[in-house]
Amino acid sequence: MTTVNETHEDAQEHGMSDAGYIKIAIILALITALEVSTYYVDFGPLFMPSLLIMMVVKFVMVVSYFMHLKFDSKIFSFLFYTGLGLAIFVYVVALATFKFFIA
Amino acid sequence: MWLFLGSECLLFGGLISTYMLYRGRVQNGPHPSQIYDIPFTSVSSFVLLMSSLTMVLAVSSAHRKDDSKTNLWLLITGLLGATFVGGQVYEFTTFYREGLGFTTSLFSSSFYTLTGFHGVHVSVGVIMLMSLMGIIKKNKITGDKAEVVELIGLYWHFVDVVWIIIFTLVYLIPA
Repeated sequence: MTTVNETHEDAQEHGMSDAGYIKIAIILALITALEVSTYYVDFGPLFMPSLLIMMVVKFVMVVSYFMHLKFDSKIFSFLFYTGLGLAIFVYVVALATFKFFIA
Repeated sequence: MWLFLGSECLLFGGLISTYMLYRGRVQNGPHPSQIYDIPFTSVSSFVLLMSSLTMVLAVSSAHRKDDSKTNLWLLITGLLGATFVGGQVYEFTTFYREGLGFTTSLFSSSFYTLTGFHGVHVSVGVIMLMSLMGIIKKNKITGDKAEVVELIGLYWHFVDVVWIIIFTLVYLIPA
């Protein structure tokens, strides 16, 4: 029979409790709503940076909490973020080669 | 799985970069801002985001060895994924009727290739979820069930993460 303690230990071992996941999903939904609001409300010079920051925050939250990277061995985080960083670097260089960043 | 997801990062990175390069190249047909339906795509994005929640609840149930709840959450995740794909099919059909074919412009080719590839990944994910439900029901997983559910979950969350990037860079940031 599963006891409350076992369930709690299980949640600790494999990530968060279900309530914790629901809280993360609510935060993600709120950030999405804020992202969509930039389509209707003029954010001025903050438009682009705010959208990019919100995108990165959502990305990190899903990867850390839903994909359990925060609770797994640090080597997985190192492998994932190093690979991601390298990929972003390569594609930014490729885009720069095509003068993408020059208006 | 992490290595596979790493290779997928490179695939989608290439497709997103190509779209970023070509999104302003509209010789014929409608411009992105003329055809994107942001409220509709926002709802689709919300649906896919919530499917990540139901997926993680399925993984959580699998760790508690609760097969019936695991299957229920997997079914809901699959239905949300199918809703997203349905929305994408509707969006593509609407765009096509408005004059945006695959070869209309460089923008249209890169847009359909990027979002189409993502749609195929979601569809494959839905098939994987339905297959997983079947093998859990028939009790055909010999090892740790939770580990199998978690692996499929990783793939599903990755598909969601890619959409988070596509939604911002393709739909919300104008060309």
